[in-house]
Amino acid sequence: MNGMSKIVRTMARLLYPFVLAFGAYIVMHGHLTPGGGFQGGAVIASGLAMMVVAFGRRSEKHVREGVLSVIEDFGALAFLGLAFLGIGTTFFYNLIANSGWLFGSSVSYGSNPGYLNTGGTLPYMNWAVGLKVLAGLGSIVVLMAFVFGEDEDEDTA
Amino acid sequence: MKILLDLPYISCALLIGFGVYAAIFKSNLIKIVIGLSLVERGVNLFLVSLGYREGARAPIFTYAPTENMVLPTPQALTLTSIVIGLATTALMLAFCIQVYRKHGTLESDRIARKLKEKSE
Amino acid sequence: MKKGLGFFSLVILIASMIGGFMQVHDFGKPLRTEMDDYFIANSQVEVAANNAVTAVVFDYRGFDTLGEATVLFAAVIGVATVLRRMKG
Repeated sequence: MNGMSKIVRTMARLLYPFVLAFGAYIVMHGHLTPGGGFQGGAVIASGLAMMVVAFGRRSEKHVREGVLSVIEDFGALAFLGLAFLGIGTTFFYNLIANSGWLFGSSVSYGSNPGYLNTGGTLPYMNWAVGLKVLAGLGSIVVLMAFVFGEDEDEDTA
Repeated sequence: MKILLDLPYISCALLIGFGVYAAIFKSNLIKIVIGLSLVERGVNLFLVSLGYREGARAPIFTYAPTENMVLPTPQALTLTSIVIGLATTALMLAFCIQVYRKHGTLESDRIARKLKEKSE
Repeated sequence: MKKGLGFFSLVILIASMIGGFMQVHDFGKPLRTEMDDYFIANSQVEVAANNAVTAVVFDYRGFDTLGEATVLFAAVIGVATVLRRMKG
């Protein structure tokens, strides 16, 4: 698959860290603002798709398939581990909420400016699902892009 | 008068109807995939519009303007449904790529005719 | 003749769907809201999250999210199997 011209490649390389940072912001603040794991993972996967479209066959040093596979397995296992954390009471019990650990402060009822330290197991689960979704969608895009043959000339722009 | 008030529900029914029309009456494989995707989007829109409360805002407490909020459960179930629709569409498109690799065309009547000629 | 029959059944399908969708409650006035009122009132006290939708997805209904993650995983495995590169 051929890449695109030099202007497109330069702009894609410039915009790539900003897209990743925006997606990570959406995943991180999932328990305060609209968003969460699925939406942030989709935004980061669209950034990966931008690199694949702009670079063509030469994008294999930016988006690697082996790394994506490991990230997806880690996300799935972390989600299951967090679900089993509160098995003393029930499956998916929120053990960290209203306790003293990293994301465990309490919130009273009513409108407030959001505090990042709250949420219990919700921020950890947001990150696990975000990693899983970005690796899954990125793998699908990479697999579908490189399916047709390897005997094409690369353009020399 | 009730038709004008229930306009979101009717647009969902029209979306599903158009999707079913495209899935049945077209012969190009990509158009069939687009039709099935339209049906799925129509169902998601119907799910979200079931939980609306008049004069209420989004169910988020950060700088909330009021305490009157819409129902959060249909929105949560629609998130799951969107991801399942994406999985279905990805698998259908992978099968379309495989059919193109094997037969060289994407029209379903020509593929059916070629397979019938090969088996005779 | 087949296309005419197809169009006729499609019109009947859309008409029955519109008739059925209008029997649901009026747009904007839901009928039974006890469960969602409990979720809105208690999602800051029990779960300590400002976002009621995220609290429902990951805490009160986390089992559905587990099923959805499994479906996404199965889709990636299916696409990787259909589009693999054969030798020769």
